Amino acid sequence: MPQHFVAPPQWEWYIVWYFFLGGLAGGAYALGAILRLMGDQRDAPVSRLAFLATLPILAICPILLTLDLGRPLRFWHMLIDSRTFGLNFKYWSPMSVGAWVLLIFSLFALVSFLEALGSLRSGRAPFLTGALGRVFVIVGAFFGLFLAGYTGVLLSVSNQPIWSDTWALGGLFLASGLSVAAAALTLVARLGRHEESAEAKLSRADRYFTILELALLVVFFLSLGAVGTQFLQPRWLALWVVVLIGILVPFVLQMASVRRTPVMLAAVLTLVGGLALRIVVIFGAQM
Amino acid sequence: MARTVGFFTDTTLCIGCKACEVACKEWNQLPGHAPAFGDGYDNTGQLDEQNWRHVQFHERPTAKGGVAWNMMSDVCKHCAQASCMEVCPTNAIIRTEFDTVYIQPSVCNGCRDCIAACPYHVIGFDEASGLARKCTFCYDRLQANLMPACAKACPTESIKFGDLDTMRGVAGARLNQLRGQGMSEARLYGDKEYGGLHALFLLTDKPEAYGLPNTENAVLPRRNNMRSYLGSAVTAALGIVGAVFAFRDRGGKE
Repeated sequence: MPQHFVAPPQWEWYIVWYFFLGGLAGGAYALGAILRLMGDQRDAPVSRLAFLATLPILAICPILLTLDLGRPLRFWHMLIDSRTFGLNFKYWSPMSVGAWVLLIFSLFALVSFLEALGSLRSGRAPFLTGALGRVFVIVGAFFGLFLAGYTGVLLSVSNQPIWSDTWALGGLFLASGLSVAAAALTLVARLGRHEESAEAKLSRADRYFTILELALLVVFFLSLGAVGTQFLQPRWLALWVVVLIGILVPFVLQMASVRRTPVMLAAVLTLVGGLALRIVVIFGAQM
Repeated sequence: MARTVGFFTDTTLCIGCKACEVACKEWNQLPGHAPAFGDGYDNTGQLDEQNWRHVQFHERPTAKGGVAWNMMSDVCKHCAQASCMEVCPTNAIIRTEFDTVYIQPSVCNGCRDCIAACPYHVIGFDEASGLARKCTFCYDRLQANLMPACAKACPTESIKFGDLDTMRGVAGARLNQLRGQGMSEARLYGDKEYGGLHALFLLTDKPEAYGLPNTENAVLPRRNNMRSYLGSAVTAALGIVGAVFAFRDRGGKE
């Protein structure tokens, strides 16, 4: 078993919510982009909804990160070297990379938000049409997915128990990010009475994301080996049960029915499970 | 005056007086935590933002049925390949002209990534200042051509200070001397780990017994960079394929 003699970094609730909302925002943008690229006009409202939802969710992220700092007013030290005033970028430090990805993705999210807002009135995109628009959302989706996944890499690039004993956390958080994004969009689409076909598509996609997440969960525990026994304490076991309910119950509900209540319930369970996953991974390693 | 400095802590000479801890706190104006009294003589507990030296007390049964104390004054290792420095996103952690690892208080923003990275439980988060703090190797004293406060105060010269090469020589000679006297369990820690530590230790037990990862486990955070990103990339690709598959128009069947 790997040896760890480390102090915990005291990353707590701000970070849990950042990881959750970052995954949600990144996943939502990616799904919006894929729906748009597939070009089915019936899905345009849901794609627009994804772009409209991404920015407000994403906007909370830097606030959480700044509040988590010991010196919040020095948040800009992440991007700019406070001594030379040159740019600060260390590709080998996921926190440095993540700070830049958050900034760049925010710009994409902002532009896509404004475009979606503009197209609400006219029904068609006010700018970034055609090939340019397609390239734009592809690049934006890349940064969105990066945001959803790098948080797991950040934890692994440390010497903490559990976090640094696996390589699967990035993938696990990314799969979970896609899954919670699909669930959240299903929920909002239902509430807003959008086109049913798009909703069924989201639900279908979430089924694949769920399988992916489940597979990564298995890989996660296999890669941990004996280290994973740390999760056998009752409080962590209870959270893992919530995670599993959030994965398995929606999966079964989606297979069984498309009626209103189960779909809503499935979406809520997926969201709760996604949050529980981040809580158990973040707190479970530090206590 | 640039030079490469080092500590050599000879645990066989440590008497557990904690003069190093006191001198460190005096010089660096560290108020310390309230002492925690357990069932041992260690009321310091751990290295953290207030404790930059920590005298560990380990009780070990001897072959003759008695109990022997292994004491070790622990400190930041100022690793040649420093995990903390590797992950620090603000470049607050620098290598000084003395080849030591220093957290610049004017740059650190308290993100605590260095705490997650340090394999030796050295760095602590100071709530009062909002900064990550650890041993500075008495950077101010080095600049004034003085030795660090802990080494100055140590009454048994268990903590030795000097140029790193000199310290390596002293440590090697001491190891040979002890081995020659039949102390087969004596060993040196820090000449191989993390590219060579700037705080060498002469131990009389496994490194793990002192809370030090053995050579095999002394690894850098970046070992996980490539494979974790790769895992994310593969997941992203599978996720995109899944989404495209799910979003395909099925001619109104569903």
